[in-house]
Amino acid sequence: MTTSQPALPDSILSHDTQVPPADVRPARQRRRWPLGVILALLFLAVLAIGLVVPHWLTRYDPLLSDVSQTLQPPSLQHLFGTDRIGRDVLARVLYGARYSLLIGLASVIVSLVIGLVIGIAAGLGQRYLNEPAARVFDVLSAFPAVLLSLFVVTFLGQGIVNIAIGVGIAGIPKFGRIVRSRTLQVRRANYVTHAVTFGLSRWQVFLRHLLPNVLNAIPVIATIDIGTAIIAVSGLSFLGLGPQPPTPEWGVMLAESRDVLRVAWWPSVFPGLAITLTVISISVLGKYWQRNFEGRPQ
Amino acid sequence: MNAPFIEPTAAQPAGAAIAAVARTERTLVDIKGLQIGFAHANEGHPLVRGVDLSLRAGECVALVGESGSGKSLTARSLLGLAGQHAQVSASRFEIDGRDALRFSERDWRALRGTFAGLVMQDALVSLDPLRTIGAEIGEVLAHHRLLGSRREIRARVEQVMRDVGIADPQRRVGQHAHELSGGLRQRALIAAAVAGNPALIIADEPTTALDVTVQAQVLAVLRERLRAGAAVLLVSHDLSVVAGIADRVLVMHQGVVVDSGPIDDVLHRPRHPYTRQLLAARPSASSRGYHLSSARFVAQTLREGIAPPGTVDTSIVREPLPARHRDLQRTVLQVDGISRQYRRAGGEPFTALADVSFSVAAGEVLGIVGESGSGKSTCANIVLGLLPPDTGEVQLLGQRWNGQALREGERRALRPQLQYIPQDPLSSFDPRYTVRQLLAESLYIHALSARQVVDRSVELLEQVGLSAAFLERRPAQLSGGQRQRIAIARALAPQPALIVCDEPVSALDVYVQAQVLDLLAELQARLGTALLFISHDLDVVQHISDRVLVFKDGRIVEEGSAAQIFNQPEHPYTCSLVAASRPGNPWHPSP
Repeated sequence: MTTSQPALPDSILSHDTQVPPADVRPARQRRRWPLGVILALLFLAVLAIGLVVPHWLTRYDPLLSDVSQTLQPPSLQHLFGTDRIGRDVLARVLYGARYSLLIGLASVIVSLVIGLVIGIAAGLGQRYLNEPAARVFDVLSAFPAVLLSLFVVTFLGQGIVNIAIGVGIAGIPKFGRIVRSRTLQVRRANYVTHAVTFGLSRWQVFLRHLLPNVLNAIPVIATIDIGTAIIAVSGLSFLGLGPQPPTPEWGVMLAESRDVLRVAWWPSVFPGLAITLTVISISVLGKYWQRNFEGRPQ
Repeated sequence: MNAPFIEPTAAQPAGAAIAAVARTERTLVDIKGLQIGFAHANEGHPLVRGVDLSLRAGECVALVGESGSGKSLTARSLLGLAGQHAQVSASRFEIDGRDALRFSERDWRALRGTFAGLVMQDALVSLDPLRTIGAEIGEVLAHHRLLGSRREIRARVEQVMRDVGIADPQRRVGQHAHELSGGLRQRALIAAAVAGNPALIIADEPTTALDVTVQAQVLAVLRERLRAGAAVLLVSHDLSVVAGIADRVLVMHQGVVVDSGPIDDVLHRPRHPYTRQLLAARPSASSRGYHLSSARFVAQTLREGIAPPGTVDTSIVREPLPARHRDLQRTVLQVDGISRQYRRAGGEPFTALADVSFSVAAGEVLGIVGESGSGKSTCANIVLGLLPPDTGEVQLLGQRWNGQALREGERRALRPQLQYIPQDPLSSFDPRYTVRQLLAESLYIHALSARQVVDRSVELLEQVGLSAAFLERRPAQLSGGQRQRIAIARALAPQPALIVCDEPVSALDVYVQAQVLDLLAELQARLGTALLFISHDLDVVQHISDRVLVFKDGRIVEEGSAAQIFNQPEHPYTCSLVAASRPGNPWHPSP
């Protein structure tokens, strides 16, 4: 004989097939941007204008000297003052963005591309490829980055392109190591080893699963690294190994104004501030991006 | 709880009553109305509500529930380890006769290891990889200054290791966690918990992820501790594991104890619908060919003469699965004498698979059982064409599929015919992909238009009991059961002739496991797809398989129909497996 069955709570019966809530993290997505990030964005926006259309922000020519206006302190006419041969410091800082940012960017691209190729080859290759590559990265990172760049630039000779290559080579081990370890990790992941069961070829598995998953952390690291590269580039330019005077590069400007620092602070402080604020802004943005990026379901 | 109960009128088993009298000596834990919550979890509602728990010396109480039911939290609160910001309240919370609600951190520390020891689930991560087993086990003795000299500690450590069944303790004492097998590690963990001779042992899923024979050994060690007078609080998600050892059981669901009592009462006369559902959803010999998740416990009054008049007994009512279509004449997969060795650094090669041959017929479900290291996974990888065998050959649908010197390109045209359902679907899904992309990828071979891909994806989702709303979800946002459904949908997408299922339900709670097994069995019957079903869980294999292969040390030791293997096992190893999967207190509800 059967008796009636007590009603089962719904929760035990159907919890497996319910649609999950559409938005898992509403609070995070509605959160406002931190003040630091907004300031960093504003500063970089100004720099970006300086990079593309600097004449919108200043009416002076960065190379034109006015002997009647040497070492003028900051005023309404010259907001950042003038240097010892009467060039407008604001104009030079704005036009300088082009050199500093582009050389920094170029050097990161150099280290990224070479690091990526070696790292992936090492991660995918056999032992005889993998181990030597790892040791090469170890040896390269044993040298301070600036020293390594200095070697390379001394060897290649001074100049804009060579300084980008020099700083770029010093950055290779950083990317190479990350890419190599990510590759080793991803190639053993189940979703990669089992991708062939869908009938994908090796190349398709590489392009659709391996590469994107190896690369997904790279944009953030590269962004933060641009800041580091800019410091290295300015440092080498300061030593006279980069673009030559009268190029309005920030490091060059610092070197040129060093002699007059006792009588006039403005020709040194403003390019110095430009370097500092650029690096800080890029780092702030990169770190903010990284935090949000890592919170995302991977 | 306002659900109507069916009161069992059967008297308590005589043995339990006697045991209860013998064990009333010392109450170690007495908790009434326990409530645990976190300010920011579960919308501020407590995660554990109104739990009453008492433990006496020499008694084993089991806390059973699915993941998230609050069972671990309850158990850990007995050690003051519920969490830093846990809000614990109770109308009575006495540990060893003292009011534990007033305990300071120092009081708790004095308690841990000496009064109560904790055995955790995952022995590999719970043991410090840099320290020897001896140091790990002896830590509690040295820390609480229970023994003075090093020699005394060493002697006690070896004594404890012998007690938990670690042979040759002089050698083991100096080894590290990675040098031990899973069973030995779990024993070392138990040894560390009992070294200080605690009156209470809290074991949090101590046997999960262990093979059945090792599981039986670990339970035997705990039983030995019980006999020595300790109390054991056993936390598990599986009622059948605790059946052989627990005196009483508390079934937890969503933070509340829904059913409790002596183990026999709860197993045979469950009162709460949740417990009934859990019990009915367990796969077993009698569930073959029936749905698991819709199974219902039904109370039955037995005829006079068989049982005392008025006794209420229960039985399970199940719905049959759709009719199967098997074509034993047509062979889908033919495996001939495959073997595989692995090189080991410095040692002789390790034979993972030796001369294994079998075949799978169209629409057949072939089960493979064996312990970890028996060659199941190597066999699966060779069948899947992910690993070449050293010798032998695999044929799929009469064509050469895997063997020496066979390139992936030669297999590719046949790939859609053989699909795969993994144990852990999350790791087999590209983390960047949404469900839509995952399904589209497995349909890739058919060269459909974008519209067709979406239509077919929705159709597949509906086939596995999900809706189109899941298309834009990422697997990380889904529950374990939902992920496994997606994995099934993905395997079904190219309409394969054979699906290899590698432990597809091992990581799931009992009820979700039942739902997924039902889905698999139903789709299998409807679509006539053959399954190669690999599992270490004998009950699951018995439920779903037509034929079964028993693997041991890379060889097939026994092969036969499911009924034959589980009812009349011939090989001694199969006998020990079957015996180990049926704990001391056999519980086999009949249909």
